[in-house]
Amino acid sequence: MIKFTINGYEVEGEKGQNVLQVALDNGFDIPHLCYHEALEPYGACRLCLVEISNGKRTRLTTSCNYPVMEGISVQTDTEKVTRARSMILELLLARCSDSSAIIELAEKYGVTETRFELDHDDCILCGLCERVCREVVGVEAISFLGRGSARKVGPPLEINPKTCIGCGACVYVCPTDCIKMEESEKDRTIVRWGRTLPMKTCKVCGNTYAPWFQLEYFKQITEGIPKDFWDKCPDCR
Amino acid sequence: MKKILDPRELEKFRAQILEKRDPKRPCIAVTSGTSAKAYGSEKLVEAFRTALKAHRLSRKIDLRVTGGQGFDEREPLVIIHPRNILYQRVDPKDAEEIVTETIQKDKIIERLLFVDPKTGEKILNRDDIPFYKGQMPIIFGDNGKIDPTNIEDYLAIGGYFALVKVLTEKTPEGVIDIIKRSGLRGRGGGGFPTGMKWESCRNAPGEKRYVVCNADEGDPGAYMDRGLLEGNPHRVLEGMMIGAFAIGSDEGYLYVRYEYPLANEHIQIAIKQLRQYGLLGENILGTGFTFDLKVSRGGGAFVCGESTALMASIEGNAGEPRAKHIHTVESGLWDKPTNLNNVETWANVPLIIHKGVDWYTGIGTENSKGTKIFSLVGKVNNTGLVEVPMGMTIKEIVDDIGGGIPENGTLKAVQTGGPSGGCIPASLIDISVDFDKLTEVGSMMGSGGMIVMDDKTCMVDIARYFLNFLKDESCGKCTTCRDGIRRMYEVVDAITRGKGKEGDIELLEELSWVISEASLCALGSTAPNPVLSTIRYFRDEYEAHIRDKKCPAGVCKALITYSIDKKKCTACGKCKKVCPSDAITGKKKVPHKIDSKKCIRCGACIAECKFDAVRIR
Repeated sequence: MIKFTINGYEVEGEKGQNVLQVALDNGFDIPHLCYHEALEPYGACRLCLVEISNGKRTRLTTSCNYPVMEGISVQTDTEKVTRARSMILELLLARCSDSSAIIELAEKYGVTETRFELDHDDCILCGLCERVCREVVGVEAISFLGRGSARKVGPPLEINPKTCIGCGACVYVCPTDCIKMEESEKDRTIVRWGRTLPMKTCKVCGNTYAPWFQLEYFKQITEGIPKDFWDKCPDCR
Repeated sequence: MKKILDPRELEKFRAQILEKRDPKRPCIAVTSGTSAKAYGSEKLVEAFRTALKAHRLSRKIDLRVTGGQGFDEREPLVIIHPRNILYQRVDPKDAEEIVTETIQKDKIIERLLFVDPKTGEKILNRDDIPFYKGQMPIIFGDNGKIDPTNIEDYLAIGGYFALVKVLTEKTPEGVIDIIKRSGLRGRGGGGFPTGMKWESCRNAPGEKRYVVCNADEGDPGAYMDRGLLEGNPHRVLEGMMIGAFAIGSDEGYLYVRYEYPLANEHIQIAIKQLRQYGLLGENILGTGFTFDLKVSRGGGAFVCGESTALMASIEGNAGEPRAKHIHTVESGLWDKPTNLNNVETWANVPLIIHKGVDWYTGIGTENSKGTKIFSLVGKVNNTGLVEVPMGMTIKEIVDDIGGGIPENGTLKAVQTGGPSGGCIPASLIDISVDFDKLTEVGSMMGSGGMIVMDDKTCMVDIARYFLNFLKDESCGKCTTCRDGIRRMYEVVDAITRGKGKEGDIELLEELSWVISEASLCALGSTAPNPVLSTIRYFRDEYEAHIRDKKCPAGVCKALITYSIDKKKCTACGKCKKVCPSDAITGKKKVPHKIDSKKCIRCGACIAECKFDAVRIR
């Protein structure tokens, strides 16, 4: 185990873990929008900034992608951290001025106004959707497009992504709730990517429960599960 | 072609090359790098070939096509050896005359000589031209001596001698020790000690190691690396091979930006020649050293000059940086220890090995050794690539080598370090150029861009220019860089449009602090420098824009008006003719007038007026 301190308290982490995860596990409140424990750290939103002293050097750095190291000392609420965090929240608030998730988070840290022009965007480009699709689902139906201020997330060529299985993982992880899913008896639509897929009917109860594509894909990638497992809805399994 | 199997054979081959060559034999060297090609140098080369053939001189006179020799302002250059006569702005039509007059009759063609703009004197010898006189071209100077597509030329000037020395006489640790003692620091921007980097990479755990050459030169106005790769690619490759031996690497990558087709072509030729001679591949020169190289071409993103983004790009991923809590020397390309250096850094290496640490450390300042190549551009008479010893003052570079400011202008500032650097005001022009001094005054060495600005330059507009560049070139991954730079641009842009408010300067400073402290990579963390340095030295200009709604330099269109000085106007009517928006009215013999509502402030009238009658307020 690797021992280090957070705000003076001794904590322990395992090799390969990052500082943010250990901090969260130990009940320290560090805001974060682009981090998810199931995904590789990305370091995009910059909200999880902390001050880390490693030897003689102290610096402001993101905790999500900082590997735990023996003897480091982490400070989560210094004046520098607060100052930087406030500006980052102000930038995010200006970008996503209508997002209740962002408004609430900013408010929690004392940021209620922004000095910049409002963008009324709904996406903070945290990349969770892109990473969950690639790292967990493994289909890479969406990715980042463009760069700089023109950056966005979308399917290749911004047309109906043929590899999307409509699983909704991206919908689930989105922190600003900007990826919407609509479902009917007949089909499911991931609105943001323009993908609509027909639903499968449970062979036991006759209810629809998930897109065909998703279940076929799951059948392919899972092993040791009875063949008809995916033909039944979760209630009838 | 026969492979060269051991060091002795290489020396024999070198001796054979030198034997064939007579240094006194006349040679016409024509520059044909990218800048010269833009002036039609390929046609000039053809014209010389034709003329030499017509006069049956092809076998008696050498014709050498070289890379650029730095003096891009006067391209294409023709240098006649052995007298070292420099002809500039040579047209294909001049080739015949040069052959019949200068080559056959030893007569000078006066009109092709360089005229010193300060003294009006015509200068014959290349080395007497002030642009070259003040330089110390230990690296870039070889460009003039070789045809970059001919490995024999490089061997003739001692090429791959350093490699042989290393492979036969040194241990990898010994080489690292030499580079450490030489004080060589990275020429790509950071100025990190090269030897230390090599050592960390060599000591990193793992079997496989990579060496990478960063040739993704993207700073606006900077093209030192292009000049080196086009003019002397073997020098860079030799440096990489020595580095690979020291680090324990058998595979290297050259990452060349897509916009450098000629550099790419010359590298490819050089690599092919090395493979043919057996100088690249397995068991090089029978010494047991194995190394091979691949060229990877960038897709045109500035951020790929950042080491981790560059490596992601080589791997085939989007060029985005990652956090460097674990350095690339430990985990870089495909998570293997990777040593990345810039083109110019690699080019220094053979020289240090060849000439020794004592010689090298004799050049430069205490903490910045050797020379640095700068691309001297902007409002300066002699634009081009200049190589000077570290420690030379900016004044010497701009006034002596650069020939001062054109049109009797006054120097206002010098911007160094590209978009990550800053503007140094004329009052600090006596500072010496080295890594530490430039950082101390709020700029940086960067890769070596040096943009000279005169009194007609608006510093707020300059800050706006760099922010505009960076907001588009940020990869967009992290909030502070992507949104922060864009917001800074919006604030500065509003100031230049007369929409600035009290508190804007403070807001810019606040944003700058967060962007520099909290961004993921160096593109973001250095992005505020152009703004911070202009605020530091030219705060009054920002204030004039914000408070008085005036642009003191007369650049920001929303804040200036054009008018005609009645006393100076002769009513010639020329301005009226060129005005694209019909804003100028006037009859014969009556001074003209500009309707400021119609005027689009394009400056066409100023350029046309011979009587200096158009005023900007």
